[in-house]
Amino acid sequence: MASSKKYWKSVEELKGSSVVETLNKNEFVENIATDDFLGDKETLENSSTTRRDFLKYVGFTTAAASLAACEGPVVKSIPYVVKPNDIIAGVPDWYATSMADGYDFANILVKTREGRPIQIMPNKEANGTTSARVQAAVLSLYDEKLRLKEPTKNGTAISWGAADKEITQKLNDLKEAGKQVVLLTGTMASPSTDKVVNEFLITYPNAKHVIYDAISEAGALDAFQATYGKRALPNYKLENAETIVSFGADFLGDFHGGFEKAYVNGRKPETGKMSYHVQLESNMSLTGANADKRITAKPSDLVFGLINLYNAITKEGVASKATPLDVEIQKIAKTLRKAGSKGVVMTGINDVNAQLISLAINKALNSEILDPKNSLNIRQGNFNQVQELVSDMKSGKVGGILAINVDPSYSLPNATEFSEALKNVDLKVALSVENNATVDAMDYALPAPHFLESWGDTHFSEGNYGLIQPTIQPLFKTRQIQDTLLKWSGNTTFYYDYLKFFWGTDVLEGSSWNKALHNGFYQKTIAVTEASVESPATVSIADAARILKTITTPSAMELSLYTKTGLGDGKQANNPWLQEFPDPITRASWDNYLTMSIPDARALGFSNPVKDNGAINGDYAKVSVNGKEVVVPVMIQPGQANGSVGLALGFGKTFGLKEEMQVGVNAYPLYKGGNSIQYNVAIEKVVGTHKFACTQVQKTIAGRHDILKVASLKEYKNVDPKDHHHGWNKPAYVSYDHKEVEANTIDLWDEHNRDIGHHFNLSIDLTSCTGCGACVVACHAENNVPVVGKNEVRIGRDMHWLRIDRYYSSKVETRAEAKELGLGIAETYQVLETEAENPEVTFQPMMCQHCNHAPCETVCPVAATTHGRQGQNQMTYNRCVGTRYCANNCPYRVRRFNWFSYANNNEFDFNMNNEYGKMVLNPDVVVRSRGVMEKCSMCIQMTQATILKAKKEGRKVNTDEFETACSSACTTGALVFGDVNNKEDEVAALAEDKRAYNVLDYLQTKPNVVYQVKVRNTNEA
Amino acid sequence: MKSVALHSRLTSVLLKSFTLLLFFAFSVSSYSQDVDEARQKEGKKLFKSLCASCHKLDKKLVGPALGGVEERRENSWLKSWIKNNAAFQKVNADAAEAALYSATAMNAFPQLSDKNIDDVLYYTTVGEILKKPVAGEAGVTTQVLAPSGAPEWLIYFLAAAIVVAFLMIASLLKQVSELKGNKKPEIQSNLRRDLQELWIGVKKNTFIKVLATIFVLLVGAYFVFGTLYSVGIDQGYQPIQPIAFSHKIHSGENKIDCQYCHSSAKHSKHSGIPSVNVCMNCHKAIAEVAEGTEIQWNGMTYGKEQLDQEIAKVYEAAGWDAENLAYTGDEKPIKWVRIHNLPDFAYYNHAQHVTVGGVKCQKCHGPVEEMDEMYQYSPLTMGWCINCHRETNVDLKGNDYYAKIHEQLADKYGVEKVTIAQLGGLECGKCHY
Repeated sequence: MASSKKYWKSVEELKGSSVVETLNKNEFVENIATDDFLGDKETLENSSTTRRDFLKYVGFTTAAASLAACEGPVVKSIPYVVKPNDIIAGVPDWYATSMADGYDFANILVKTREGRPIQIMPNKEANGTTSARVQAAVLSLYDEKLRLKEPTKNGTAISWGAADKEITQKLNDLKEAGKQVVLLTGTMASPSTDKVVNEFLITYPNAKHVIYDAISEAGALDAFQATYGKRALPNYKLENAETIVSFGADFLGDFHGGFEKAYVNGRKPETGKMSYHVQLESNMSLTGANADKRITAKPSDLVFGLINLYNAITKEGVASKATPLDVEIQKIAKTLRKAGSKGVVMTGINDVNAQLISLAINKALNSEILDPKNSLNIRQGNFNQVQELVSDMKSGKVGGILAINVDPSYSLPNATEFSEALKNVDLKVALSVENNATVDAMDYALPAPHFLESWGDTHFSEGNYGLIQPTIQPLFKTRQIQDTLLKWSGNTTFYYDYLKFFWGTDVLEGSSWNKALHNGFYQKTIAVTEASVESPATVSIADAARILKTITTPSAMELSLYTKTGLGDGKQANNPWLQEFPDPITRASWDNYLTMSIPDARALGFSNPVKDNGAINGDYAKVSVNGKEVVVPVMIQPGQANGSVGLALGFGKTFGLKEEMQVGVNAYPLYKGGNSIQYNVAIEKVVGTHKFACTQVQKTIAGRHDILKVASLKEYKNVDPKDHHHGWNKPAYVSYDHKEVEANTIDLWDEHNRDIGHHFNLSIDLTSCTGCGACVVACHAENNVPVVGKNEVRIGRDMHWLRIDRYYSSKVETRAEAKELGLGIAETYQVLETEAENPEVTFQPMMCQHCNHAPCETVCPVAATTHGRQGQNQMTYNRCVGTRYCANNCPYRVRRFNWFSYANNNEFDFNMNNEYGKMVLNPDVVVRSRGVMEKCSMCIQMTQATILKAKKEGRKVNTDEFETACSSACTTGALVFGDVNNKEDEVAALAEDKRAYNVLDYLQTKPNVVYQVKVRNTNEA
Repeated sequence: MKSVALHSRLTSVLLKSFTLLLFFAFSVSSYSQDVDEARQKEGKKLFKSLCASCHKLDKKLVGPALGGVEERRENSWLKSWIKNNAAFQKVNADAAEAALYSATAMNAFPQLSDKNIDDVLYYTTVGEILKKPVAGEAGVTTQVLAPSGAPEWLIYFLAAAIVVAFLMIASLLKQVSELKGNKKPEIQSNLRRDLQELWIGVKKNTFIKVLATIFVLLVGAYFVFGTLYSVGIDQGYQPIQPIAFSHKIHSGENKIDCQYCHSSAKHSKHSGIPSVNVCMNCHKAIAEVAEGTEIQWNGMTYGKEQLDQEIAKVYEAAGWDAENLAYTGDEKPIKWVRIHNLPDFAYYNHAQHVTVGGVKCQKCHGPVEEMDEMYQYSPLTMGWCINCHRETNVDLKGNDYYAKIHEQLADKYGVEKVTIAQLGGLECGKCHY
């Protein structure tokens, strides 16, 4: 029953903390500190500025400002000398290309204005998806601080010609001396580059290619190789799945990536069928948050649970151990057997044996969901070879190393050992887009272009070939890595010609190059015969289980290392958009931390007190594993398995980063063996208080109910949504003339007439929203949303126009319910807290609701926020005087105030404060000045552009032509934008759907944002 | 001082251009009484339409200069060459050699009759017809514009300050003389006495005093408001541009369509300043202006000599070597000074107005075709925009986008015409985002 359920955002809130209660009521948590300095007599008296001086300053500055205002600045307009044909100033161009930076791989569309890429969107034709990181990659292009600008030798500039000459000379010397040269790259997933590398290896037979992924998937790769004969990752057709069982595989987050679309396609309640997703995990991951059933388990229990599931499915008896999960495992086995070939098991445990068992279970199920033919090439790293390289370097076997876009000096568990060993190498060359600790340790640092400046190709999965094309002239003196390698191999072909020839002969099957380039991808039929898929050698699961049992050492405290949705492996750590992006689960930005369960925290004495300004503090813990120690702040995480802690990799990078971005703690030293699970962890509380920048208790919707509506699949199918007692989407009732009436029958305002022209609505499907946050970053890029920095986020001054609220809920919901059960206060806490240990999670994207009866509009004294006929609540920045009445009167808390000028301000040294970073700004949207309110505009610049396009062409606007940044970024189709006055538009039907509801509908604000009730498949019979 | 200097500079410029004019008059030009004007006109017409894109009379372009070509080649040779030079080259060795002049082959003109060709050749022989210059005529056009000085309000303000200062000095002098012991002079006439009594009466009357104060305050407020209101409004803004480009010559006299150069106006929010390659479409062939061309620029008159230098600036920007007729690749973008500046928070789209609304450029930019030097014609204030949106009817017919809206409006209100404002063109969010 949806409406009586209590949703809460933090443990503090559940406890009924008075601080949280107060915060609920205050729109602006931070009072302006006038009392502080006016009340402090001593400081006032000691101030060197007298009252008269102060008045003089005021007078002078006012006069100076007025004088300056009289003379307008002279603006220069500099047209092209020769204008490129396809550029019209003011009209965006879109290019289809691909992203492949070694960690993120995506088919994308790039929006360019006047030759500058300003936004990345998924190439939906190519089935492309974007995450927050892919969206934000466009800003990394303009990272003038970190990018290499010219070739250097030991820090001094050198010409490309000279570098080529010296390095080829040395390479040839090494060849004659027979010393090893190592080409250390990340996963490139590029067939033409593989060919270039092969040419290099043929020219220099002493050379060796080692692939290194910072986040290792070697276990899954090796297991797949052992089972299917190819070193790749398995692909899953989740859209067809009936039952998905995942042992710690965060497949909606960072495990292999790109599954959210298929996953959501298999979970459409309208079809009457939804996959049943069980997640067993230690950390609360994005995937676990979306699961129908989430079971917490320590990492070691996960391992044995997996073996037990194998035993249960196959009725074999391979070596294992009993776990607290076994009851659940039996249930899962039953469900899986029922699903048969429509069931699938995945595991995120990076161990070859665990992965072998997982593949074996799928084989036993005869799973059609696991697709070994269309295998994924997006991870190819070999952790053991990298370790071998370190020992080879140490022993002096290696004569030369060419490090290509990798940073082992930061991301290897034994980074210091690597750096030491590097000193034994004669020829050290880095070819890299960005500067980093590894590049710094090399003799030669040769700049490579960003993927948005490059040519290239990709091969993500067996059938999916993609092309990379430049969308901007190179910003710096860069040269493509492929060109460099070709040159050093003595091949004078330019890589562009090489690529085109290669595609003509090896990929295109006679199809047109221009067409493939235009589309950005080429779908090739997979010509893999059954025979080659099957491995020649049989795999012994009994052996695998035996080995697994010996290496799994259950301990009191176990550590799960993970990567965050925002920062990933840390490649884009200097990207302010990603740093400010709040983690979908903890809602904390600018940090990593040790996630700990509620009982463990209580036992070890950790707490997260909420300050009266909405900021959260944390205690520090010293984590020791395998003789390595790090000191990290602790964040108490509901849903964390007891006896386990989680820590995100990818933080704590310092080399070359702006000071503001040097946040968090580097967890890579704990990443022993490239294994995300570490046993025998010791945790000790150390002194100090950490200040988190966490938005989880900020912007709460004033304690109001009916924010979220959730139904089970069974309810959805069988219960009338408007049923007075059991309805899962009941309309709100209010008391009118002492009678209970439907809220929408009475109104304070007059109705607007909206029949003529467009009327925009945004539909948000809570069932399809996985909380990935791609929309949040897309909104940043489209609307020039400023980055405010850690300290400002901490006190609730973040500027996100679109936030994704994360709500927890549990079975015993309210304290009232607990009271009914006759529990005392202490027992109530206990019950609530136990329930809180593994809560259900629901994500709710929240932005300006564009109320047709907007409370903000009525209170603005200067009419700066007004209503448009097309449904948008319009915010006129130049009219706003900053009274903030509107924000105070907004029940959704979506208005944001510019406390400072965030552009051209050294206090906020982010992308709007440097010439390169400003190139990413959208010229169609103004950069707001200090002292004005801002909020979601429903991308009015985009709807206006769409309308203008139709007008120019003298036609109606096509159905589904209207988009907002968030709706086009949304891969799963959770956000649908359109015109409800056009009955053919998808959104018109969605607005009338039986799942549709408005948040806080009893307030009768009549929002133009429609939410669709979240449906969960609770797998009830 | 400044205007004198300006004047003398202008005179020298004019004299120079006049001598130059005379020089050219004797080189390839004839006076009207010696030539068959009708024939010359006919030839000129043909020459301009068929030959001028590759040939000039006095200069080489793609092809050689053609002034007096009949002195170099025989008439029959020329006819054969013009009609079909490719065929002629095969039979005439001389022609084959002449073809080596340029890598670009010349078109064939089989449509020209012998008479046509004779007319063209006649034109190449006699050249332009010039009227006999009348002494002193050139000097008449000299017009020196007043250098723009301080704004008006400042002058008023200074004048008022001076008056106040005078009054203060006068009263001081009076006091000084009174202190020195000089008694007030006796009141002499009745009129003066009456005035003085009136003044005393006024001084004693509080009502009049209050009224006067209010009046003074109101007048003061009026002027202060007017002054402050005009801050940031740049109507009439006419900055000095790097090249003396005359819209009057291009758009007015030569009738080049505005959107030939400002081509993005129909596609984009920007009207776009044309890139130099657009200038070169024509200026590749036009290295100098016609005799007697003059423009008013920055308070001076620019004659042929100056204007030719201005064209040279375009060549420099484009990296065009006018001698060898080739691009050098040494490009220098032109840094124009932007005249129409809207604040960042106002969104304006040219395509909406030009393509969809069918608004003439002149509606906002004024009589550009009469402007030598471009200036901001309209105030570009919000009130000015809004006013137009209130008054202008939208043509809902003939554009399928509006078809349904028109139908619905007609159905509902029975209206045929709606203003932009009625369609939502006054909403804040339409221009501010």
